This record gives sequence, C-alpha cells and structure tokens, in this order.
Amino acid sequence: MKLLLLLGLCVLAQVNIAWADDVLIQPVLQEQRETIVKSSRKTIGPAIDAVVASKAPAAQDVLQAWVTKDMWYRKDDGLFFRAEKVDSKTYRLIDFDTGADMGTADKSDIKQIKPNSGVRAMISTALVRFQLTDPDPTRRMEALIAIERAPEASLLAPLRLSIEGEIDPDIAARKARIERLLTIAYDADTPTRVAAIEDMAGDLGVDVRATLNPLLVTDLAAFPGAIPEGVNVRAELKPGDDVLSIADAYALLVDGDLAPPRVSGADIRNALAANIVDGKVGGISVHTLSDEFQRARAYVALSEAGLVPPLVTASDVEASLADYRFAEVYQVDDPAVTTAAQDALTKIELKVGVNQAIDLGLDALSLASIYFLAAIGLAITFGVMGVINMAHGEFIMMGAYTGYVVQQFIPDHTISILVALPLAFTVTFGAGVLMERLVIRWLYNRPLETLLATFGISIALQQLAKNIFGTQARPLTSPGWLDGALVLNDVVSISYIRIAIFVLALLFLGLFLFIMRRTRLGLETRTVTQNRAMAASMGINPDRVNMLTFGLGSGIAGVAGVAIGLFAKVTSELGSDYIVQSFMTVVVGGVGNIWGTLAGAAMIGGLQKGIEWMNPSNTLAAQTYMIVFIIIFIQFRPRGIIALKGRAAGD
Amino acid sequence: MQRSFVARNPSVLIFLACLGLFVLGVTVLSEAVGNGFLSTSFVKTLGKTLCLALIAVAMDLVWGYTGILSLGHFAFFGLGGYMIGMWLMYERTRDIVATSLAEAPIPATVTEIQEAIATQIFGVVGSNEFPLVWSFADSLVIQLILVVAVPGLLALVFGWLAFRARVTGVYLSILTQAMTLALALYLFQNDSGLRGNNGLSGLQNLPGLDDVPQALVSLWFFWASAAALGLGYLLAAWVVSGKFGSVIRGIRDNEARVRFLGYQVEVYKLVIFAGTAMISGIAGALYYPQAGIINPAEIAPIASIYLAVWVAIGGRGRLYGAVIGAIFVTLFSSLFTGGQVPDVNLGFYTVKWVDWWLIVLGLSFVLVTLYAPKGIGGLFDLIAHRTHPDRHGAPLGPDMGALQEKEAQE
Repeated sequence: MKLLLLLGLCVLAQVNIAWADDVLIQPVLQEQRETIVKSSRKTIGPAIDAVVASKAPAAQDVLQAWVTKDMWYRKDDGLFFRAEKVDSKTYRLIDFDTGADMGTADKSDIKQIKPNSGVRAMISTALVRFQLTDPDPTRRMEALIAIERAPEASLLAPLRLSIEGEIDPDIAARKARIERLLTIAYDADTPTRVAAIEDMAGDLGVDVRATLNPLLVTDLAAFPGAIPEGVNVRAELKPGDDVLSIADAYALLVDGDLAPPRVSGADIRNALAANIVDGKVGGISVHTLSDEFQRARAYVALSEAGLVPPLVTASDVEASLADYRFAEVYQVDDPAVTTAAQDALTKIELKVGVNQAIDLGLDALSLASIYFLAAIGLAITFGVMGVINMAHGEFIMMGAYTGYVVQQFIPDHTISILVALPLAFTVTFGAGVLMERLVIRWLYNRPLETLLATFGISIALQQLAKNIFGTQARPLTSPGWLDGALVLNDVVSISYIRIAIFVLALLFLGLFLFIMRRTRLGLETRTVTQNRAMAASMGINPDRVNMLTFGLGSGIAGVAGVAIGLFAKVTSELGSDYIVQSFMTVVVGGVGNIWGTLAGAAMIGGLQKGIEWMNPSNTLAAQTYMIVFIIIFIQFRPRGIIALKGRAAGD
Repeated sequence: MQRSFVARNPSVLIFLACLGLFVLGVTVLSEAVGNGFLSTSFVKTLGKTLCLALIAVAMDLVWGYTGILSLGHFAFFGLGGYMIGMWLMYERTRDIVATSLAEAPIPATVTEIQEAIATQIFGVVGSNEFPLVWSFADSLVIQLILVVAVPGLLALVFGWLAFRARVTGVYLSILTQAMTLALALYLFQNDSGLRGNNGLSGLQNLPGLDDVPQALVSLWFFWASAAALGLGYLLAAWVVSGKFGSVIRGIRDNEARVRFLGYQVEVYKLVIFAGTAMISGIAGALYYPQAGIINPAEIAPIASIYLAVWVAIGGRGRLYGAVIGAIFVTLFSSLFTGGQVPDVNLGFYTVKWVDWWLIVLGLSFVLVTLYAPKGIGGLFDLIAHRTHPDRHGAPLGPDMGALQEKEAQE
C-alpha cells in the first residue's frame, strides 16, 4: 500500500515536472523580441515572465543559454538560436524547440544577446524555479544553494510547490528548511510567519540567526509629543541614559532639521579666526582668546552682530530635547512578528551560549593537552630529578625540526610523521644524554648553576638552529586525515589535530605512569631521587640512572616538538615560547607528581581560555592576567596543587 | 677599634680611580670638548655600558651577595626608562605642538594644547586622550621620583608576596621571570597607555635644549652615568661591608640558620630586593635617553637572563666582578654582532661572527659555570695569590652533605 502511494507520488512528480509538450518557445521569444534585444534591467521582467509562463519544454534551455550569453538572433528574420562557436568567424545555430542543427552562420549575420549582470541575476532567479524540479539531484542542490546565497520573496512560491514532489530525503529536508527561512523573511501572512519563527526557535544554524536578525533591526526616531499609534516601538529611550547619549539624541534632531546644529570648538575657533578685525574679535583682543570663557564671549558678540550662527548652549540642547520623545522603532511594522522573532532569538542565544561554553571547554582541554605535552618531559627532568633544564624548550624545537627534515626526505605525510616521532625521540634522547654527561652531571645539587649553564646551552642551540634553518618559519605539514574538524553543530567544533594531540597527551601520561611504576628504570629513578647514597649502596648505578632518566625526559620533549610543530610554526623560537608556561605548569601543579602536572596544565589551559573569553580581543592581556594569577596562586599553595608530603618532599 | 671603610675595602678606591681615569680619558677624546677621536655614538655606547654596569652591580647585590637569582631585574630597569621617557616625550611633544599652534591666528586654549599633544603621542595606537598613567608626565620632579618609586614599589609588593610564602631558589627565579614576562606582555598591549609595541621614542632629545649638540648631550649623559655608577658602587660596597652585608651573605649560604639566629630574613631580603630594583630604575632612566627609544621588547625575560650572564662571567660575589662582566660582555657583543670582527674562513665554511657570536657566548657561559665559577674576577685572586683554602676535596659519598675527604682526615 505504502509502496503504491510512493509510486503514485513519483508519477505525480513526473507529471509535474513534464511540461506541456506541444508548446513552442520561439513564438514567445518573437513576441518579446524588442525587450530581449534591448536587455535592460528595468524592462526585461515581462520577457522573462513570458518565457517562464509559456511552460514550453525548451524554456529552461532558453534561460540557460541566455544567462551564459549563448543566445544569438539572426539579423534577417529575427529568430533566436543557441549558437556554438565553430571558428572565429562562423557559428553553428541550434534551434531551441527541436534541438536540431540549423546549419552555420557567419558572425556578421547574427547578433549575440548580452545581458548585463542585473539582468543575468533576474534570469538566474527564474532559472532556479526550473532547477528546483530538475530531474538531476545535483541541479536541484545547486538551485537550493543559489537560493540560500540570494534569498528572494519571489522564490518562495516555486520552492513550496517543489517540496511536494521531492524524492531525495536530504534535498527535501533542505528544501523544507529553506522554505521556513524564506517564510520568516518574506511571507505576507503574519500567523504563517510567526508559526515559522516558532518552528525555527532553538535552531543553532547561523542562517536562522541571519534571517531573524534583519527582522529586529531598529531605527532611532524622535517624535514630537506622544508616540503615535501603529508604530512598532522596541523601547522608549531617555537622552542621557546608557543607550542614547545626549549628543546622539541631539544629533538625531539636527539630522531631521528639528534643531540648529551645535557649534563645535573647532567651528568657534575657525569663526573667530575668520572675523579678526584689527587684532580684535567682537571687541575682544586676540591674545586673550586662549581662554575658553573669552572665546565664548567673543563668539556671542559675533553672533549678535549676525556674522555667525548663534551659539547653542547646553541649556538650549536640553530644551530642544525636552520637546521630543525618543524611541527605537522596528523596521518591521508588525509587532507580532518582531515579538516572536525576539523570543526565538533569545531562545537561540541561550542555546548558543551553552554550546559556546562547551566549545570553550573543548578549547581549554586542547590547550591544556598542549601544555601538558610540552611540560611532561620537564615533569621528569625537573619534577622527578630536580634538574632545571632551561634548554628543554630547545629540545622541543629540535623535535619539531627533526619532523621538518624527515618531511624533506619522505614526501608522504603519514609515513613521515610515523618516522619522525621515533626519530625525534632518538635525536633528543641523544642530545639529552650528551648534555647530562657533559654539563649537568657536574652541577647536581647546584640548581642555580644548572639553570644558568643550561640557559647558555639554550641560547647556543637556538642560534645554531637559526644558522642552519634560517629565521623564517618552516612548515611541518600534518597528514591529510588530520585536516578538518569534527563538527558537532554550528557552534561546537574541534579540529582533528587537536584531538590527536589530546590522544597523544593521554598516551604520554600512560607511558609515564608505566615507566615510573612498572619498569626497572622507573623504580631505580625513584630510588635515586629519594636517596642517592642508599640507592648506590644497593648496587644501583646512580650516574647511569640519572643519564637515562634525563635522556627520557628530553626524548619526550622531542616527540612533543613534532606534535606542537604540526599546528604551530616551526621556528628557532618555538621552544622559548613554551618554556615559561611549561615551568609554570610543573610548579603550579606540584613538583614531582605527574598528576600535579596534569592538574597544572588543566588549570593554566582553562584559565587562559577563560580569561580570553572574558576579553576576546586581547590574548596578550589574557597571558598577563594568567601569570599574575599564578604568582598569587603560589602564595597560597607554594608547593603546587598536589604537594608531595613526607620524605618524598625531600626537604 | 674598627678601621675606616676605605681601608677595609681598598678595591673601592681602586675602582673609583679607574672609573675617574676612564671618564677623563673619554672626555678628552670626545667630540664635544676633546679632540674628537671618539664618535658621539661611541660615547653613547660607553655611557650605556656604564648604566648596564650599574644594574649589574645591583644584580650582584641581589644574586651574588643575597643568593636570590632574580630573573626580573630588567623589568625594573625598563620601568625606570619608561618613567623618564614619559616626561621626555611629553615635554618635547609639547614644545613641538606649542610651536605649531603658535602660528594659528587664534591662540590655543589649555585643553586644545593637551588634545594636540595626546593626538601626537597616542595617534599610533589610535587614541587621542592621555591615559591615567601619564597624569604626572608634565612634572620632571614627580617623574624623577617615580623612576625610583615605581620599580621600588613593584619590587616591594612582589618581594613581599614571594618571600612571605617562602618561595626560594629556582622557584623564585622562575617566578621573577614570569613577572617580567607578564609586565612585558602587558606593555605590549596598545591600551596599556604606554604606546604598546611602539614604545616611547625620540628620548635622545632633551626638551628645551634643542641648540645643544648631541655630542655634548651624550657627554653629559656619560658623566651622569659614570657618577651614578660610582655612587652606586660606593653604596653597594658600604652595604656589603657592614653587619648588614654579613647577614645577607649568611642568608645566601644558609637561610634557615640565619632565621634560627633570630634575624628577620624576609626583611633583609625585601630591603635588598627593593633597593636593587630602585638602583635598576635609576640605571634604566639614564640608559634609555642615550638609547633614544624604549619598547616592551627591552624587558623580555631574555634581557634579565643576560644580566645574570654578565654577573656570572664577571664573577659574582664581588662588586667589581659584576662591573667587569657587564662591560666585557656588552662591549664584546657589540663588537662581534656589529660586524667589526673579520669572518674566519675555514675553507669549507666561513664563520660569520654575526651568526656565531651567540653560540660562542652561550658555550663560554657553560664553560665559566663549570670550570671558573669565580668568573673573570677570579683572575684578580690569582694575581693577589689569594686562594681559598681547599678544605673540600672529593666527597666521600654521593649524597649532599657527605663527609669530604679533607674533613674526614682531620
């Protein structure tokens, strides 16, 4: 039964699409020849309408050829054809109605119809009606996109007609949505509009807001005496309150020629300068005019002599304003529509707000995972071993540059990233071990010296990177499957690269926990950090353990560098951009505890995004306030969010 | 019977004598009053170097003597520069505006002049009003007070917060670094009221002294910088030579022990921290009129770390070491990065010093930290045959505080 019904619908649709077969378009065109040839935006309307109204099968072809400037007419008999270029002089003529080849014609014998852009837009609108019922779904989709781009009242009726016969569910849904939006914007019947508005209330689409907002545009208006009935007032305003300043209110009166314009300070000065007579203006000598009061006196004297327009004082302004009432008036006259639109928009904005909060949360999460990734290597070298490595940022940079170099040799981005990750680990592991052997080993228990020595290494490495790779940013391209974003709705979206970084951060957290808690190296590391002498007595080689642990921390920094390089620019300053934040993360979180680092990263990331949200124009201010907040935070929890207790604290 | 201050510190006299000779030499060779052997820009470079030496002395007080590795003293230096820069820029702009407005047929009112100055100064950041921080920019006296008051107050508040919470060692270093980063980022904003990343410019022109040639102005600033360095050095030497100096050295070596002895460690640290911040402010106020321009990049964290580099290379814990380190490193830096040293051709690669100087500096810094913790100043000990008795030897165990070989033998 259902199937039968569906079949019936299809047949109906076919009938609807199939126009009367026997009507020819050429006579219609001949009837409108004057206007078509003249091709003026003002007069072309009836011609297009006639073509559409003819219901001829070739009507769509005509419009299509017309808009693409493929329609020509023969000069001797005035018949219209579609013409195809054969060579520079000759064109092949094709009849619209039969599609038959009518032979070739010399270019001088025929003339092209060249509609200007205004006319073309009108033809396109007419074409859309045909396209909406076109058998080809892509054509129908194109038509819908065209309507979305340039909505118009005249498209509403054909769109409604086409919905019924639509077979494709996706296109049908889209048609229904656009129909609702067009109804909101253009329908003449108030209850229908209000119903449409209520239908769309709570929809997050940008197009809905773009349709509703124009309904709520207001103008400022001044009314002498009471506000007349029938004016759709949004709110009455008092000059001098937050929305309407006295100057604006008065400017409104001046614009409407309801009050004389105020004379600005510059006007007064120019007027005075223009009326200097024998070193005096209005009887007041020029050199005393550096005083405001004297200037006003001089100007009043001039205006009394009728030389300049009279001065409008503050009390004059007040008096003029008192005679008028000011209101914000909706451009749309119908109060039912504006009220419904206002309600719908409020609902939508509430929902948008909630979704924005979710989006902000996701942003904060991804920023936190970036900080965590940058800080986790530091959590090992600084947190566990207590070594201040100012060159940590340069290890991150090294990792990023390793990724860049690998991409120069392996063009496939997926493989190159897979190669780059372990290679970056190896390179920075080696660098870390080398640094530990050559420098840091001699400076254990002298943290300030370590800080300075590693800083020396940091500036040397940075400059070395500059010498090798130059100062300009190098690209580290992410594989294609990481492009794009996961879009939940029009407000909430998160790019795949950020998800990947989040996953990577989780992986590293797991790796860290595994190494520290489940492996021999982790056990020995914890032993050596807690009591070096005892560990040495137990047959553990502290030198070797320190070397490996430091290498591990540096290696993780290198891998983080590859990840960070995927979304940031790879420059020699890449590392120093993250070093202070990384130390902050570790210190705020609590030294020596990976969960603390996680909490620190979450707090700093969340805080930064939160402050940015409050003051979106200014990321610099966000960073400033965040650092100030951290300085104050350290006051209350000097040992970080998660402080080690007992012997492990190592005091 | 205590000996006099100078007798106990012969190095002060030697230092002041050297400084005096240097000033005399530069004056005689300068363009303004001497034979013109030294160009005006070089006199400015020397003057700036003396200012850097002054802040290095301050850094030595706070790091070398008190053991607080502050990585934020350049913030105070920059603030001092900004304070004097505000007055210089305001006054000079007012002169220019007054001259241009004097040609108008109607004399300008006070508000018109103010508006014109504000537009002139803040046009670049899209504003035409004076921010609140410029309230006193028209008064030299107040701005001069602010040169020491603003850095002093900031250091006092920051130090009070940090020391009260017992933030020490590396944590304090990172915190001070964060402070200077925060300040730099704040000043980079256009609405901070100090012209954002444009900074203050045209500071080399003294208001009302347009007829005085720059050669003479640069010499004046050179003298002022030398005097400030001499006085600062004297003050620092006096501070560290008395009982106060003993206490702060005690804090450096063992803070807990000094606290147990009943000293209020926080107060001593706060006095040193705020006091050196004020000295840094003065140094900055003398430096930037010679540099001509100040912008927030000057107080980026890296600058303060370089300050530590100078003091470490010169030899911390001795005042003349800091001065030598600052002069040595800055002069060599400008020599190498200025392209005045010929490139070294190795056949397969040409070493351009402009590119390689920072690497050399960084590595030599590592070497100094590792092998010559006394820095250049240590050379004077060699000359004076004043070596520390080697009581340590190698530690017997791998732990901190293990008995050392020599101790074990006694």
